[in-house]
Amino acid sequence: MPEETGKITINCTVNGEPAALAAYPFERLLDALRQSLRLTGTKEGCGEGECGACSVMLDGRLVNSCLVPAAQVEGSVIKTIEGVAEGGRLHAVQQAFVESGGAQCGICTPGMVLAAVALLEQNPRPGEDDIRRALAGNLCRCTGYVKIFESVLKAVDGSH
Amino acid sequence: MRAYLPAYELVVPRTLEEALGFLGEGAGVWRPFAGGTDLMVLLEAGRLAHRKFFSVWHLDELRGIEVSDTHVTLGALVTYSDVQASEVLRREFPSLCRAASETGGWAIQNRGTLGGNIANASPAADSPPALLAHGAELELVSAAGSRTVGYADFHTGYKQTVMRPDELIARIRLPRPAPGAAHFYRKVGTRRAQAISKVCLAGLAETEGGVVREVRLAVGSVAPTVVRCLRTEEVLKGRAVNPALAAEASAALVGEINPIDDIRSTARYRARVAQNLLEEFLSQLSPPSRS
Amino acid sequence: MSRAELIGRPVPRKEGREKVTGAALYVDDIEPEGVIYGATVRSPAARGLVREIVFGDRIPWDEFTIVRPADIPGVNYVALILNDQPYLADGVVNHPEEPVLLLAHPDKYLLEEARRAVRVEVEELPAVFTIEESLEKKEVIWGEDNVFKSFLVDKGDVDSVWASADFVVEGEYTTGAQEHLYIETNGCIAAASPEAGVTVWGSMQCPYYVHKALVKLFGLPEDRVRVVQTETGGGFGGKEEFPSLVAGHAALLAWKSGRPVKMVYDRAEDMVASTKRHPSRTRVRAAASREGELLGLDIDFVVDGGAYATLSAVVLSRGTIHAAGPYNCPHVRVRSRAVATNAPPHGAFRGFGAPQSIFALERHLDRVAREVGLTPEEFRRRNFIRRGETTATGQVIHEDVDLAGILDRAFELSDYHAKRERFARENASSRVKRGVGFATFMHGAGFTGSGEKFLQSVVGCEATADGRVHVLAASTEIGQGTNTIFAQIAAEALGLDYERVEVVRPDTGNVPNSGPTVASRTCMIVGKLVESAALGIKQQLTSAGLLREKYTPEEFERACREYVERHGSLKSSAQYKQPDDINWDDEHYRGDAYGAYAWAAYVAEVSVDTTTYEARVEDFVAVQEVGRVIHPVLAAGQIEGGVAQGIGYALYERVAWERGRMANGQMTNYIIPTAADVPPIRVHFLENPHPGGPAGAKGIGELPMDGPAPAILNAVEQALGIPFNHAPLTPEAVMEALEREGALV
Repeated sequence: MPEETGKITINCTVNGEPAALAAYPFERLLDALRQSLRLTGTKEGCGEGECGACSVMLDGRLVNSCLVPAAQVEGSVIKTIEGVAEGGRLHAVQQAFVESGGAQCGICTPGMVLAAVALLEQNPRPGEDDIRRALAGNLCRCTGYVKIFESVLKAVDGSH
Repeated sequence: MRAYLPAYELVVPRTLEEALGFLGEGAGVWRPFAGGTDLMVLLEAGRLAHRKFFSVWHLDELRGIEVSDTHVTLGALVTYSDVQASEVLRREFPSLCRAASETGGWAIQNRGTLGGNIANASPAADSPPALLAHGAELELVSAAGSRTVGYADFHTGYKQTVMRPDELIARIRLPRPAPGAAHFYRKVGTRRAQAISKVCLAGLAETEGGVVREVRLAVGSVAPTVVRCLRTEEVLKGRAVNPALAAEASAALVGEINPIDDIRSTARYRARVAQNLLEEFLSQLSPPSRS
Repeated sequence: MSRAELIGRPVPRKEGREKVTGAALYVDDIEPEGVIYGATVRSPAARGLVREIVFGDRIPWDEFTIVRPADIPGVNYVALILNDQPYLADGVVNHPEEPVLLLAHPDKYLLEEARRAVRVEVEELPAVFTIEESLEKKEVIWGEDNVFKSFLVDKGDVDSVWASADFVVEGEYTTGAQEHLYIETNGCIAAASPEAGVTVWGSMQCPYYVHKALVKLFGLPEDRVRVVQTETGGGFGGKEEFPSLVAGHAALLAWKSGRPVKMVYDRAEDMVASTKRHPSRTRVRAAASREGELLGLDIDFVVDGGAYATLSAVVLSRGTIHAAGPYNCPHVRVRSRAVATNAPPHGAFRGFGAPQSIFALERHLDRVAREVGLTPEEFRRRNFIRRGETTATGQVIHEDVDLAGILDRAFELSDYHAKRERFARENASSRVKRGVGFATFMHGAGFTGSGEKFLQSVVGCEATADGRVHVLAASTEIGQGTNTIFAQIAAEALGLDYERVEVVRPDTGNVPNSGPTVASRTCMIVGKLVESAALGIKQQLTSAGLLREKYTPEEFERACREYVERHGSLKSSAQYKQPDDINWDDEHYRGDAYGAYAWAAYVAEVSVDTTTYEARVEDFVAVQEVGRVIHPVLAAGQIEGGVAQGIGYALYERVAWERGRMANGQMTNYIIPTAADVPPIRVHFLENPHPGGPAGAKGIGELPMDGPAPAILNAVEQALGIPFNHAPLTPEAVMEALEREGALV
């Protein structure tokens, strides 16, 4: 093999806890979370930033973790799907997804939930058009999105 | 993940000076890496040929939006989300905002930067047509100093630019348009979101009594680079907008672009739709006619 | 005891909480101790002879496990129907991306580098890439004539009608391939050794298909092979037969390396290597009278099966039987063929051949109506099948089918007539042209003909000492809601709370073979067995004198405890028995093709922007009769999801083929609808309980795939006045047609 870069240690905060990721500098945040921390709720759907299944919150913003190299998250604050429910209590979005059929096969669900949570943080009372735009980066092949929109609207109603 | 990661390097300088130092190490040894929305896709597909990168993501010197009487200046790391959140951009640069809102989904818009989009030099990129229509200039920096180039002169060929290997895009300068200027931006990509454009046209025009005083037109995905349509602009300048002029301009436009067939669309479609988009823009300039 | 009825109630999805918290474990989330990773080296050519496999420099090959055909302990084919597809190409390749060699290594990144360092040198042979080339036998690439299978359905004497009919209308319709694009790619983990046998965990629809294939691949007795389904991130048919291949590959590497092997495809590999919906070509010749009576249908239906037979025969069968639609037509002939091309095998995909042939018929009937001088609606109304009439296979419809009523409801909900009139008026002066169109159709539930009789599916139930009930079946939860509806059905049968029933994870070591999770059979066929097995528990308790006919949950619990203490366990099982009144003649393709049909009318409203030639669906109404609805939220979710896939099929999803290989195998370039693209989808169920299904339910899963494409293209025809006969309808095709017509802009 040609000259090689070794793994580095990256310190960051994940779901409120300090974490040290052992990763190659160019390792996808997605893989670092799944391998190093065994946080497997973050899913890989496409590996090209198209499907949103790997969405996480990075320093308060929704990102595709497949497009973030580990070296860039030193000192960052990360929230994954595992950090959305607090103390075993589901977030209003999660609760609504369970009740309104927002999750079918479930593989897009973690990313979809995070995108919806990110939307509500930015806009607590979104209309259906806002929801469509905010979730357009998260592909779902099961639901046709209808029940997802209903779930998000229900979460909006439920939290007011 | 189809790349052999141990073969790749990514270092994270904390200051612009340190970053420029990497660029000065030798022609093309190190390359900048911003939000990663293009480069990571290449990496993942095993098609990222270059191996040594330095991250510019944390360089505050390259962020921020400044407003003067004549210009709005954007740091190269301004993201698509930043663009949409800026009041002055929303008010005066609607094409750029539209481009930003139609680039990928939210997660992409939070990471993709204007500087990265420009440097990546894809003819299918969404913001370059808008930047050309808005008459952007770029400030390039290196350890030796900085220089300003017109964005219209920046792209020289497929993925080729006038940037030297030791330079970095620092800022994008946009002249504030005259009040009442007409803006047009339309990206055509089959679906409403998360699409790669098949053709994209941006335009800015100032008219007086139905006569075109100033106009800038740019088209994406129809040539090896995004195209500023100077000849079509010449056809339009100083003339009254009417269907005959639109037809003339449309004919000129076809002469300035060189679309191809690929897996996303056909040359015929791209050329025809580019013409239709131009006609749509021009129809918005002429006073509504009642027949 | 006051217990609300469970059937028809939107109880929470069984595994919903795990899914929304990220706790649900999909195959890639599982990392057994000592696991190594597997990769597949594939053919670069469409057809040819493998001359050499060159292992590149700079890779420490001695660290790798390498599996070649000679390493296969049993037989080198994927056991399914004809067994013509090898696990590893042995000297000859028949499609691009065909597996040639397997590699495994503990380092994923090095594994990938190694995969790319292997060069497969192929001496290319002439190949066949289209249905036409295959039918013309430009090159014979499979069997004697490139034909995997053919069928003939013959009702009445269709050739007797042409001469005297007032109208004879012919047309040709084609559909492209479609990628399933489940968001979870294919993947399996295998552990295997001569001592322990073979165990596979993976993403799949049909554990017993995988089981059958592994038994042959390894030459092992059935009890030495175990297949466990992990949480599965979507299937849609794409994980019906294909996982047998992935599982086998992972298991071969595990067998040779002595370590557990994980093989999970990345998206690019999944898209180019896995199955797609069969492309099709349908020619329809229809005869009608001046009064609008459909007198005869002669249909020639051909599907492209790709390089190996796999499931093409059964896909063709369903497409053939559905080709003449829900119409009362005295003379019908359907001739059909599945042919070979040098593309990866096409496979099961929701609808299973029916969307293709229904697309042709429903487009064609709009045309026939026009020729006859009736509206599309009126023409269909005069020919809808009714109780007592017969389908193309001569099946007498015994249920009270009311297609006219379904259509009325769909028109009412969509405001069809007003829109049709308004668009006709407004289109002339608008750059955006609008249209509204519809399709009426049926979909048979369960395996075709005698399929269910041969399957003899079994479901088990077990009650524990604390009165909880476990349902044991191989039917998989793939998002559609199997766990939830089975629990509802069993709980309802036993008068228990929903929470008292759990559905056990499918594991061939532990659950009986309830058949594959396909063919819209899970609710109606398997659900009925769940109901019977649950009732079997009750029956055992009453026979033992531990329970009265009417009981409270507490009494049930006490009875269970008593029974388990006395006998050790309380189990029951139910096996499918074909009702006596179902008769199917497989040789002549005549008789009762399906135990029941779902009936539907879908209305699409579209706009076509003549600046960009893009067609969009603006509104969609789906009305169907599926018997009794077990779970309204899940059922609507099935319809909405299927309609969205149908919209993709109609307008967006084009596989760009280059010499048998998918050239746009990325999510960026293979376009499915996003949240911003789907219209409001309004779903309405008309309920008509069916005695053959649990609590009156029929099948539902595939139905929504059938209607959207023809409804949408029918709507586009109103918008533009141009008939389009190919799906997907791309903007490029719209532009070409408009330029040809010179009509617009």
